[in-house]
Amino acid sequence: MLIRKSGRLTESDVTPVEIYRRRREFMKSGLMLAGAAVGAMLLPKHATGKLKLDEVTPGPFSSNEETTPRKDIISYNNFYEFGVDKSDPARHAHAMQTDPWSLRIQGEAETTGTFTLEDILKGRQLEERIYRMRCVEGWSMVIPWIGFPLADLVKRFQPTSKAKYLRFETLYDPEQMPGQRRNVLDWPYVEGLRMDEAMHPLTMLAVGLYGDVLPNQNGAPIRLVVPWKYGFKSIKSIVSIDFTATQPVTSWMRAGPAEYGFYSNVNPQVPHPRWSQKRERRIGELRKRKTLMFNGYAEQVASLYTGMDLVKNF
Amino acid sequence: MVVRMLHRYWLKPVVFAACLLPMATLVWQAYSDQLGANPIEAITHHTGEWTLRFLLLTLLMTPLKRFSGWLWPVRLRRMLGLYAFFYASLHLATYLWLDQFFLWDEIWLDIIDRPFITVGMLAYLLLLPLALTSNRYMIRRLGKNWKRLHRLAYVVPALGVLHFWWLVKADILEPLVYGLLLAGLLLARLRKAPGR
Repeated sequence: MLIRKSGRLTESDVTPVEIYRRRREFMKSGLMLAGAAVGAMLLPKHATGKLKLDEVTPGPFSSNEETTPRKDIISYNNFYEFGVDKSDPARHAHAMQTDPWSLRIQGEAETTGTFTLEDILKGRQLEERIYRMRCVEGWSMVIPWIGFPLADLVKRFQPTSKAKYLRFETLYDPEQMPGQRRNVLDWPYVEGLRMDEAMHPLTMLAVGLYGDVLPNQNGAPIRLVVPWKYGFKSIKSIVSIDFTATQPVTSWMRAGPAEYGFYSNVNPQVPHPRWSQKRERRIGELRKRKTLMFNGYAEQVASLYTGMDLVKNF
Repeated sequence: MVVRMLHRYWLKPVVFAACLLPMATLVWQAYSDQLGANPIEAITHHTGEWTLRFLLLTLLMTPLKRFSGWLWPVRLRRMLGLYAFFYASLHLATYLWLDQFFLWDEIWLDIIDRPFITVGMLAYLLLLPLALTSNRYMIRRLGKNWKRLHRLAYVVPALGVLHFWWLVKADILEPLVYGLLLAGLLLARLRKAPGR
């Protein structure tokens, strides 16, 4: 039985005090109309002033390739919590409540507990990073994310020497996520990284896309982005991070152990058992292009896997 | 009287036109940029699904005649079968041309390495002689063998369902539904036609 909070949230419940005060200052100085107009432009309704997107700086590792049109990124993706069709997330994700949001930090770390998203984001310099994204299905995009390195957050919780892996979980709430009403995958969605992968400077937590807050269908309010791995590793709408001693079993490993491994690094030499991974269709392009080792990030990440058999550890 | 006229002169042209609707939808969506972010995938899925639907519709005609007593379903059987072939051909052409751009070595590797493509190709190869021998001349010429050959119409949709089943990542609901419909249609034949 689900016990739900009664009563409806009002705008003042979700607006941080400082923004609320600032609004009063605007009113006092007689700029109410202008302020409201500017505010409405800068802060989309669901942002509630949490993200200071005007302070985003260009981050490292950005690709100079042409970015995929925003309309394609927000209308064509997999987010099985909202349905298995790639148009389902855009259709159903608007019902997801992303504010308030909190993350459960647990396991082998000095600091654990439940932290609000505001707390997680406090004082972080947000960066825009343009990353390639390669889906295991054979299509790819170039996406301008806004976020910060996962490593910065991990350091804050001081994982102990026992912590070898990170285990992430997506929100589980079939009322908001209609796709979870059927057991297509073992809910909640689980993903994982090895500690050195999590600490790698390429790995980021994203809260924004194309200069705006993350649309719900793309994993709002906070998601992982690991650009050298197949897209499904980049777990969306994260509610829990668990520092573990043993390798987590991810949802896709459970669904198809012979097809989806823990690492799931982009690798044109290792086919999916049912289709080749040698080439990919970049969304917006007609002809397929060659898939690059580690999705073109080999220079940065190949050393993480030195001496490892990547066919066995697919 | 009117009904008989309708059946005689209008049934086939109307059904013929209706069967072109999935094609028309596709053309319209392509023209008005409604195929989404991955148009080639959308075309592949659309033509593949309609192939399967027409294969099942073709198999529906004989039991429909038997259980209802109407004669018109049998008159439509060949046309529906040829439409299945038409959409299968579009499906295959999309794969060879738009998806693979005629990279024959890649296509060959796909056929020998990827079971779902192997099965899809096999299904098309088995459908091809059925389309080629669907005219009156071939029916007469093949005699008894024609019927034997055209039993492949039961095999092809089964391969089609398998092709779909092996393609999906996790959610087998859709191929399962097609599979159950096919099983139903085959069972309907077994029960009523013991002497065939």
